[in-house]
This record gives sequence, C-alpha cells and structure tokens, in this order.
Amino acid sequence: MSMNQEWTPKIVAFCCNWCSYAGADLAGSGRMNYPANVKIIRIPCSCRLNPMFVLRAFQRGADGVILCGCHPGDCHYSTGNYYARRRMTVLFSLLDYMGIERGRTRVEWVSAAEGAKFAATMNDFVKTITELGENKKLGDLRCKK
Amino acid sequence: MQEMIINRLRELLADGEYAGVIGWAQGETPFDRTPNLFNAEGLDQLRYDSFCGSNLSKYLVQQASKTEKKIIALLKPCDCYSFNQLCTEHRIDRNKVYVIGVGCKGKIDVEKIRKAGIKGITGITEDGDLLKIETMYGEKEISRKDVLLEKCLACKGKEHKCADEVLGESEETCSGDKYAAVRRLEAMTAEERFEFWRGELSKCIRCNACRNVCPACSCIKCVFDNPNSGVQNKAAADDFEESLFHIIRAYHVAGRCTDCGECSRVCPQGIPLHLLNRRIIQDVNELYGDYQAGESIGQRHPLTDFTLEDEEPSVIDTRGGGK
Amino acid sequence: MMKQLPLDRLPELFRKISEKKTVIAPIQSAGQVNFGVWTEDSILRLDALKTVKSAKGAFFPQVEDIVRFRMEGKKIDIHPADVLTEEFVIFGVRGCDARSFELLDRVFLSDPVDPFYAARRQHGTVVTLACNEPEETCFCTNFGIDAADPAGDVTCWIAGDVIYFRANTEKGIAFTADLESAENESPVEELKKNITEILKKLPFGALNLTGFDGDHLMERFNDPRWSELARGCLGCGTCTFVCPTCQCYDVRDFDTGSDIQRYRCWDSCMFSDFTLMAHGTNRPTQTERFRQRFMHKLVYFPSNNEGLYSCVGCGRCLEKCPQSIHIINVIKALGVNKDA
Repeated sequence: MSMNQEWTPKIVAFCCNWCSYAGADLAGSGRMNYPANVKIIRIPCSCRLNPMFVLRAFQRGADGVILCGCHPGDCHYSTGNYYARRRMTVLFSLLDYMGIERGRTRVEWVSAAEGAKFAATMNDFVKTITELGENKKLGDLRCKK
Repeated sequence: MQEMIINRLRELLADGEYAGVIGWAQGETPFDRTPNLFNAEGLDQLRYDSFCGSNLSKYLVQQASKTEKKIIALLKPCDCYSFNQLCTEHRIDRNKVYVIGVGCKGKIDVEKIRKAGIKGITGITEDGDLLKIETMYGEKEISRKDVLLEKCLACKGKEHKCADEVLGESEETCSGDKYAAVRRLEAMTAEERFEFWRGELSKCIRCNACRNVCPACSCIKCVFDNPNSGVQNKAAADDFEESLFHIIRAYHVAGRCTDCGECSRVCPQGIPLHLLNRRIIQDVNELYGDYQAGESIGQRHPLTDFTLEDEEPSVIDTRGGGK
Repeated sequence: MMKQLPLDRLPELFRKISEKKTVIAPIQSAGQVNFGVWTEDSILRLDALKTVKSAKGAFFPQVEDIVRFRMEGKKIDIHPADVLTEEFVIFGVRGCDARSFELLDRVFLSDPVDPFYAARRQHGTVVTLACNEPEETCFCTNFGIDAADPAGDVTCWIAGDVIYFRANTEKGIAFTADLESAENESPVEELKKNITEILKKLPFGALNLTGFDGDHLMERFNDPRWSELARGCLGCGTCTFVCPTCQCYDVRDFDTGSDIQRYRCWDSCMFSDFTLMAHGTNRPTQTERFRQRFMHKLVYFPSNNEGLYSCVGCGRCLEKCPQSIHIINVIKALGVNKDA
C-alpha cells in the first residue's frame, strides 16, 4: 500500500453461493476477461452479508465492495435477497451520508447463467473505482505507515 | 405533579402487589436525577420535574426479570416508544410492568445552560417559561424553551403509547422540522459531509455511553465487547475505528431506533449521534413507507420485512442529497 | 519575580514557542474544548474552565503504540516505538489537573518506570492557570489544591487583559526568560483574594472524608449501600475517561496477519471485560465494578500513598455522568460521619 508503488484498485466481491458464485465460475470457464483485482468471497446467500464485512473489507485495504446475489425472486432460500436489498440500500445510503464516495459500494444481481454479466459488471466496477482512486476515508492506517 | 405521583405510588405500593417502582431519585446537586428503584419507604427521595430527562425503559430489562412481582415504571411519552420496542423484542415482559405515564412539558438540559455562559449553578426554579438560576455569581435568567434537551425539540407528541394510567398533563415541544439538520448535511458535498463527521467522531472517547444507554442496544453481549468478533476494542485506536463503531452501532439499531435521543444526550463530547439514526429513519420512511418504531407492541420493522417491488440499492444514486 | 504579557499578544508568544516546541492548549473543536496541539488556526479557549478530557492525555495518551512486529517469511522484525524526544509545553492546565500529574507520577514513575510516560514528563513544561471563576462542580479544596495559586513549572493569572507568569522551576524560568517583568503584581494579589473568596462558597468544597482510608478498608468494602449506589450505573466509561487520575490501561494487538501493532489504550474498571482472565471476571456485576472505581480512589490509593486521595476534585464526572452518579454520592453516602 505504500504510495510510491503504482496503485491498482482492490475490489472485494461478495458472491452468493447459488447464483453469482456460479456466474463467476461460468465467466471463468467461458474464458471471459475481468480484472484480477477482484477478490471473490463466497457467502451462502446475499443476505448473509453482515454490514461489518463491508466495513472490514474497507479497513483491510479494499477500494470497492460489491455484493452479487440471485435475481430477486430467484433466491435459493426464497427471500434472502429481498432482505439484503433493503439492508444494503440503508447501509450504502448511510455511508454516502457520512461522506464516503457513493461509487465504492454496489449491489448487482447475477444468475448462474450470466457469466458475461459477471465479467461486464466487474469490468465496469473496476473502472469506476479506478476513477475514484484509492480509498482513503475508510481505511485503517495502522501497520501501513 | 411530583406530589400527585408520589401519593398515587403510595396507594399502589401499599398492598404489596408490586415489587417497587422505577423512577428518578434526587441526586447531590439541585438538578441531578438518578434512575433508581423505590419501595414504599424510599418514596420521599423520588423526584419528577424538568430534570428527569433520562429514559428509564431500558432499566426494566433487568429489573422486571428479577422479581416475581410486577414492577411499576414511570414513563414519559417518548419513553413509551422505547418500552414498546423492548416489549416487541421480548426483552421486557409487558405483563410484569405497570406503566404510569407521567406528563411531560419538555426537559431541561443543564449542559445548555452552561453553554449559554451561566456558571456555578446552585439552584434552578421555574416560573412559567422563565428559568431563574441561582449561581455562585449572582442570579441569572434564561428562557426555558432555549435550554430544552435536543431530544425534546424532536418531540413525538404528548400521547403515552403504552400507559396503564396517566398522571399529569403533557405538552408537545417539537420545534418544526426534525429532519432539518439531516437535510442540511445532505445538501453538502460528500467531501464536506466527510469533514463534518470526521470532526465530530474524532472527539469520540469510546466511553460507550451511547451504546449502554440506548434502549435499542439491548444485546446481552455487544459485538464490540466480544473478543472473538475481531472488532473488540476499548479505544478508537485509529480514525477507522471511530467510524466503524458509530456506523455499525447506528446500523444495528436501524429500524428499531425510536429516535429517543438518549445517545446524544449522554455523549460527553456532544457528538450529534442522533443525526445518524435520524437519517436511517428518514431513508426507511421515504423508501419503505412511514414507520415509527415503538408505536405499538408487535410491529414488524422495515428491515426485517420486504416487498417484491422494493427499490434497488442503486436508488440512492438518484435520490436527493449532495453529490 | 513575575513576568507579564498583554493577553492579545499570547498568540505571538505561542507562535514563538512553537518554532521550537509543540504547544498544547485548550482548543475548541467541533463545539467542545479539549487539550490539543495549538496551530495558527486553532480556537484557543483559556476561558473554558474544564476541558472535556483532562490534561493527563498529554503525558498518558488514550492510545499509544508500544511495539511493532513485522513478519516476512520466517524473519520477524521487532520495532519498539520511540519514546518522545522533543520538548513540548502544555499551557492552561488548571490546578486540579496539575495535581493529577503528581498522582500519575506515583504510578508510572515508581519501579518499573514507564519509559513513555517518563519521557513525556521530562520533556514537558507545565504552565498552569488560576481559575478565575470556579464552578459549582469543583471540589478541589478538599484535596489541598489551591485553584488561586496552582502548581506547575509556571503559574499564570489572567487579570483583566494582562496575563501574569510566575516561574516555579528551572523549566519555568527558561519558559519565562524572554518575557518582560511585571511592573505591578497587585492585580494578581487582588485576583487570588477574589478566587479564595469564591472557593469558600463551593457547595462541595468541604466534604467529610473521615473513614476513607486503609484502616477502614473492610468496612467501606463491605458496606451494603454499594448496590443501591450502583443501581442506576450504565457501566459506560465516561467517568473514567474524563477523569484526570484514572490510570488503568489495556495492551492490545492490531494483527493484520503479517504485521502486528501492539498498543496500549485507556481501560475502564466500569467495563465488563476489565481485567478479564482465563477463569472469567472477578467483578461479575456492575456493583463490584462501581465499588472498585471508588474504593481505588478513596481507599486503596491513599492507603498506599500516605493518605493521598486519587481524586483531585475537578468535577468532570459530576458534569458528565449520564445518570448523575458520581464520587460525591459515594463520599456522602458512605462516609463515617453518616454512621454517627
């Protein structure tokens, strides 16, 4: 993280086990390109995303956090993503209110068949974060100085 | 009113049906009011006046579970919301509490009197809207409505939402739009908002008073006290930790916060913590329909609920607020 | 001999000092006054009697790094944190906070000496300020502190629009060396007399502390009224963190997997995880935690330190406790005179 190295964005993508993780898999097996800056963390359902996970990702150096889950209506557990939708709306809105750049957090619904959408989403998100630059507002500076 | 309350309590406590009453005791200074549990003999120490700003509902979580008998609680109109919310969450057994709604005409913030430059306060007497303040440096006067607690300026009305009986008159003290401060922040740029919150939160000493007083924060073990959570800490050792604590705390009570304003009242550093929760309340109202936590017992709050037609999270890009 | 300076030239003095030394003073930020590093844009608030946090943070900060470990493969680098080597001045300390440094010295400078604290004490110059307008929450008079003539390396008085300085130590003489001599010291004498009169009127100015000592330890400890006193206590750390004499700390690690930052931070005996051990805690309820705090200040500390109480009567806990439970309640409820 030292300033003189060239900065590349670090992205954490939380992917639901049933749709988006499989979508990422499909993107891989279909040999579609998306940047290696994206680190995928598999979660059982999009509604498993504890707000603490988002903040901890930022703490440990993420520049952007994206949540991918099944399309509304397709949740493996019927309703998980509906809850996630409300929760993330409120959380991201609160982060915005506290002055964190709006673009750093995103929710996208990606099904297991949408490998291309997964790759396109990640490409677009990395582009947004590259434009926003390094996350300085929500990072933990300890052990980096 | 105090006399009326004490007389009624004497009647109620006489036959031993109740274990005691949760109320405010006279402290050491003329305006110190300390929550305490009273029995019939201790009632002469009970006070109810303009300094009883603290919300007693959270004490019932502990006290009402301790005894077999019912307990009496004195609750102001705003405290009733917290009480209902705690009952909804099964933290208080409604059947074990006899609620006396006490009238409220707004409570006084001694800190605000001090901020107005009045020093060495040794006594405060009320004369209508005028406060006559005896100090070590002579007598001073100040308008009562200028020194009401911040939470009284967002008064939710004079109705007691859970009272078994009501004693005394209430008055609404709301001063206009309670979202005005939130909107002012929203109108700023992201950079200005960040600076504002950085300035406020950097004062935080992590005393946890906001958390411990909050009736919505009723977890038996808080995630910030749990050594296995990875975020336990006793001091904000880094800027990030100040933000983390307050974001997560505000978010954990989202949908359950009744806007009782205790967090801001108790903050020794005067951080306007209620502005975080009020923003969440505003968001929830605008996106998912008007909702008041603690309005009644048994409500399902907006974040444990959904509709098929809810807005996507990207809606916040297009809603008001500074860009 | 006293020195003097017109009050409006104080920033000039600060500017000059800050060329060589850090100046710490009561500064207003986001509506609250706390001790902080003075810069040109700071809002100096010498009129504020009580900063929210006490001045102890200048010598014993809320958080400070102790050591850093860095792992690269099997190699571990250990970097102990540097102790302070630069000089600093803390300006505008009140008599109560000045006394708290003496109390902290007894803890941190007795064997084994705390090197971080010792370095700050060595390099810090304490400039105290007499309290022109004591508040009703002040009770320093009980502990032999004179708010009209506080201790410290230099003592200051603000009389009208002039600030007077009196050097008390070698450091103080160095601090005041370049200031011009006071022509007339009578305004200071006048002011001191005034303050002394006001101090006589303090509502808690003459508490009866009989019975708070090592000889009555078990009586105080076993008093049944502790649970009554602690009943309203929220278990927050407000009183501890605004207190000038609380000195408990915790040592913690921030671990990233490859680096560890070991730091210490203030701890509070009001917290449920205070001195948590493998077997759990020996203070399971708030009553025991509450008792610990006041027993330490009023009984344990004096019995180990020639009767010196670990309270300086600054009154911050009186103003800041969310539920108005504080040391005055304890002294009045449990004092021996009450039993008589």
